[in-house]
Amino acid sequence: MRISCPHCGERGLAEFTYLGDASVTRPDPGLPGAADAFYAFAYERRNVAGLMQELWYHQAGCHAWIVVSRDTRTHEIFNVRLAQDVALERSKSSVSHAP
Amino acid sequence: MIRHDRYSIFSVLREALRGQSGWGPAWRDASPKARYDVVIVGGGGHGLATAYYLAKRYGINSVAVVEKGWIGSGNVGRNTTIIRSNYLLPGNIPFYELSMKLWEGLEQDLNYNAMVSQRGVLNLYHSDAQRDAYARRGNAMRLHGVDAELLDRDAVRKMYPWFNYDDARFPIQGGLLQRRGGTVRHDAVAWGYARAADRLGVDIIENAEVTGFRSTGGRITGVETTRGIIGAGKIGLACAGNSSRVAAMAGLTLPIESHVLQAFVTEGIKPFVDGVVTFGAGHFYISQSDKGGLVFGGDLDGYNSYAQRGNLPVVEDVIEGGMALMPRIGRVRLLRSWGGIMDMSMDGSPIIDKAPIAGLYLNAGWCYGGFKATPASGLCFAHLLARDEPHEVARAYRLDRFRTGHMIDEKGMGNQPNLH
Repeated sequence: MRISCPHCGERGLAEFTYLGDASVTRPDPGLPGAADAFYAFAYERRNVAGLMQELWYHQAGCHAWIVVSRDTRTHEIFNVRLAQDVALERSKSSVSHAP
Repeated sequence: MIRHDRYSIFSVLREALRGQSGWGPAWRDASPKARYDVVIVGGGGHGLATAYYLAKRYGINSVAVVEKGWIGSGNVGRNTTIIRSNYLLPGNIPFYELSMKLWEGLEQDLNYNAMVSQRGVLNLYHSDAQRDAYARRGNAMRLHGVDAELLDRDAVRKMYPWFNYDDARFPIQGGLLQRRGGTVRHDAVAWGYARAADRLGVDIIENAEVTGFRSTGGRITGVETTRGIIGAGKIGLACAGNSSRVAAMAGLTLPIESHVLQAFVTEGIKPFVDGVVTFGAGHFYISQSDKGGLVFGGDLDGYNSYAQRGNLPVVEDVIEGGMALMPRIGRVRLLRSWGGIMDMSMDGSPIIDKAPIAGLYLNAGWCYGGFKATPASGLCFAHLLARDEPHEVARAYRLDRFRTGHMIDEKGMGNQPNLH
């Protein structure tokens, strides 16, 4: 498995550190039901068999956090984006969808 | 009709004279019935052991084990065959010690040669801090009645004079030894439990993959499989590696990630290492099979995976550990490597509990310690299925422990499954 870092290009797996599912986001502690939401945030995982969005850290490279779209059944990588861009996009869409 | 031979020296001699023509299949090729009292999903070691103990100790004989492949095709045939009960925490030690005691009587119980070999498990330490940690672990074990000996460098040298004691970065200072630990022929565990369960009336249904669950009024009443719908009074999941996928069919999200763990075996060589040894400064453990191959492994690859194969950085890391400990393995040729899929739980410990859905029971989250747990896992899961209450030694393995803060985190890594 080799990962194409948006800054550094294609690099070997040993340069990267894995965090986990990138679809997990920190809940708002002010909302009702926050305790349950934090439990799910900390412990529950969809554990996808198939295409998964994952957070990786380019530790032995540019130190960027990246979001990798990868098939957990075959290890095939489809897309790599900077986590910063993904987060900005997510915050934009959550603002535009706010009531 | 299957012949119910009892394996003994007499049956071996009889068949030797008959040209081995009289052996029957070890278990029936069962077709699913419409309904069972208990259906176990997963025909690996844990599922088969559960079915066996349900029939043998709890008197429940209307049991089916449904397996998506063939018996022995999953992790029970892909592990590195080590058994031990050298745990630290109170929630774990009695459970793994029960497992060790069951291993010690397993072959007589099953009438099957599982090649249980108590050759000793030696965990090496390479610093003062690591020695103190192992002393603490050994003391915890002894307080629970488990054997443990803390060896100094000279005692280890007596056992294995050829280790690299003077490695510049990680000199061997000593080790924690559990003499009752060792290895077991992993396939034979699956076959032995399957045969013994079959004899007690358990139906072992191979090539039947679960595709969904049936429920009525909030209670699970059956499984849909590729070989038809099977009704069940209770359903037990024992499909570690794929627990999340199967539980998702019942609408459950588990505190588990699936990860790949690699293992390796070399060409067969003459007797080389007569116990199980672990390198404490990296992650490398090794034993030698009776065929002569060196069987070894190390860390998880560290990313979510359902592919039964891993990547090269971990291969390199494992072999570096091996070379640091025993440089003389450098010229042995690797025969094969493979990967197994682990249910990595959020605290590194398993779950044996009722699911929050009536009729459904969980046996999951075995991380990479599932093989050694096989007998106790089966016994405790059978107890839970039969009595609707946890077995005494498995009380801590609750599903809700993550919510209530009662984690059993041997390594103190928190909710990062790839670090357990």
